Amino acid sequence: MIAESGHYALVLALGLALIQSIVPVLGARWRDFALMNVARSTAVAQLAFVAASFAALVTLHVASDFSVANVFENSHSMKPLIYKVTGVWGNHEGSMLLWVSILALFGGLVAIFGNNLPISLRAHVLAVQAWIASAFYLFILLTSNPFVRLANPPIEGQDLNPVLQDIGLAIHPPMLYLGYVGFSIAFSFAIAALIEGRIDAAWARWVRPWTLVAWIFLTLGIAMGSYWAYYELGWGGWWFWDPVENASLMPWLAGTAFLHSLVVMEKRNALKVWTILLSILAFSLSLLGTFLVRSGVLTSVHAFANDPRRGVFILLILCVFIGGSLSLYALRASSLKQGGLFAPISREGALVLNNLLLTTACATVFIGTLYPLALEVITGEKISVGAPFFNLTFAPLFLPLMVALPFGPLLAWKRGDLLGAAQRLMAAAVAALILTAVVWAWTLGGSTFAPLAIGLAVFVVAGAVVDIAERTGLFRVPLEAAIRRAQGLPRSAWGTMFAHAGVGIALIGIVCETTWNSEFIRSMKPGDVAKLAGYELKLEDLAQRQGPNFREMVARFSVTTGGRLIDTMTPSKRNFTTRGATTTEAALLTRGASQLYISLGDFALDGSTAVRIYHKPFVLFIWFGPVLMALGGVLSLSDRRLRIGAPKPARRLRELQAAE
Amino acid sequence: MTRRQRRLTIIGGSLAVLAAAAALVLNAMRDSIVFFSTPTMVVERHIQPGKRFRLGGLVQPGSLMRGENLSITFQVADGSAKLPVSYTGILPDLFREGQGVVAEGSLDSAGVFRADTVLAKHDENYMPKDVADALKKQGHWKDEYGAKQGAKAESSARAADGNAGVARAAQPGATR
Repeated sequence: MIAESGHYALVLALGLALIQSIVPVLGARWRDFALMNVARSTAVAQLAFVAASFAALVTLHVASDFSVANVFENSHSMKPLIYKVTGVWGNHEGSMLLWVSILALFGGLVAIFGNNLPISLRAHVLAVQAWIASAFYLFILLTSNPFVRLANPPIEGQDLNPVLQDIGLAIHPPMLYLGYVGFSIAFSFAIAALIEGRIDAAWARWVRPWTLVAWIFLTLGIAMGSYWAYYELGWGGWWFWDPVENASLMPWLAGTAFLHSLVVMEKRNALKVWTILLSILAFSLSLLGTFLVRSGVLTSVHAFANDPRRGVFILLILCVFIGGSLSLYALRASSLKQGGLFAPISREGALVLNNLLLTTACATVFIGTLYPLALEVITGEKISVGAPFFNLTFAPLFLPLMVALPFGPLLAWKRGDLLGAAQRLMAAAVAALILTAVVWAWTLGGSTFAPLAIGLAVFVVAGAVVDIAERTGLFRVPLEAAIRRAQGLPRSAWGTMFAHAGVGIALIGIVCETTWNSEFIRSMKPGDVAKLAGYELKLEDLAQRQGPNFREMVARFSVTTGGRLIDTMTPSKRNFTTRGATTTEAALLTRGASQLYISLGDFALDGSTAVRIYHKPFVLFIWFGPVLMALGGVLSLSDRRLRIGAPKPARRLRELQAAE
Repeated sequence: MTRRQRRLTIIGGSLAVLAAAAALVLNAMRDSIVFFSTPTMVVERHIQPGKRFRLGGLVQPGSLMRGENLSITFQVADGSAKLPVSYTGILPDLFREGQGVVAEGSLDSAGVFRADTVLAKHDENYMPKDVADALKKQGHWKDEYGAKQGAKAESSARAADGNAGVARAAQPGATR
């Protein structure tokens, strides 16, 4: 019953989405307010039905109803409850249902909180949302229905892929999807603006909070995914330049560029045409990411060709939406009026440079990700494009971006003073130089590049702080006055500082981890001691243990430094009986921002085990950085000017009248 | 500056960045791309010692030898040719004899493939896509790989006998 209700709710949601696709557009054309307002109720109802459908699938998984194929293939009655829930989106069908649920959630939120939007704009935005939603409902119902029943219900399920039985999976995909799908709102706003042929600074102000929300989640989602891979895969690597990772990085790069160009549009009414293009690009890349991950084209070009229904369907969605939106853009972009003028050296100019470098970096990732696929389809030649390619292309483009980053916020709008900005950044530059020298002296004879990179990162962090110090007049006015000014600063200024500092922090982590990472790989017996980076790790014993749906071999290490016992670490090797699969559970010990990392290899007959131990200095900075960026985003989101919304003067007038 | 000059500055700057990026990409394409080969292709193409490539095939059953200090040798086969591989370190969880593997490294002068990476990331049927595709193309893809998995999926669907990691791979046809 539950499966059928879930299926039925999804069909109803499709029906509502179809209504929402057509009626509001007609209403906007005929200037009929009732028809335009249909979009609001359908969007909210759609959200209710999709939520019901999603809840149904969760219920089926929790109840271990193995008569449903999706539950049978991905669950097991012995699986812990949390993984029964997260297993809902640990598979193709369920994750697509999560995708549309989030899409409906965003649509519903626009409908509920979009009071300050002009009614025709809101109608168009929700209609475009419904076009996207209809396409994906159809995709699920026709090719990936999670509610299909099995004719002969089995007693037990096949269990979820053990690698996915981790708390990381609980958080990572929903966050990533909130990011991916959140860009659909910016896309819908862009298409609505193109249809109406009207776009102004207010448009940027309406789009910005939605884009910020999406960007915050995408940032956290990517960071989460990277940390998950770091501790779950047992290799100690945190970024592999794998197509699946690139698929999430590309929308992030385009989305970051988009957020910055929105600022120009909001403040100076310039770069309108470009901003629209970026919003289309950000969502197109999200769709591309969905296609890459969900069509199976990455697993095998042949598998894609053999079972083409899903892949071709998503490819079709991709072509229709990207092709359609770009054609509309080509037709209508010229009708949008150009806005304010600015000199190349100015805040606008700096943001244009930011956009240029981010989109170019995004393009190199795009080429590196799709070129192997294209080559294989065309010539049949197989190549792999890995880290070396991206180190040679992506990194050199990010370097000038980092150098220019602290200058941007210090330049004035319209016409900036580069020399003045440089003077004000003197303190940051001095701090960077001192740290470069210190690091260089400390690691004498080591890499010469790493201290310079650390210096650059410090320059970025210090530059972000200088910006705030300048704005509050710190050291120039009495401290109390500076504190008062700091309290009066708009939250978005603090947001900028945290986000920009986060970039520098992440860079510090990346440089430290890649340069000064030390490792120990050897076979160890109980009683053996490994020495690494000033720590002594003694393998105390190996013991068998029974988990809920696995057996594991646990190794116990005691960690001492300078003769003092700090902690015990217990890496393990798990054997999941249902799937006959083995996973490596690494043990992590955090010391400040650095980590000790132990993962186990094979067990030999003589009672020894292969052991891999890493000391990763400042590795946590890699993820602190994105967290700071997201915090900056949250601060910026809570800024007054975004909460109050555009039609401020009118409302103030009304309040005055009410007061009379 | 006039409007025209400003626009030209911006366009010029953009073109410069794009040109630099294109140069970077072309340069990286020349140096950092790694080709994929099977043992047969290694023989046919006379790959020079020292040139990096990815080797894919099946781990020859019975060929895995463990030496001192985690040194490992095994043979990679693709039906018509075999190539000895040496590696030092920890093998990934999914490494099995008789299953597919992809290793990255280069040949030494004695014709042994010295791998510095053995890839763990492949799908649940223990068959990396490159290997499966290559075997299919050469006609060495035995349908029994698919058939066996299909049969297993059937049986596990009935009796839940385990080994679902293999069964899942045959999912679309077998369990619907």
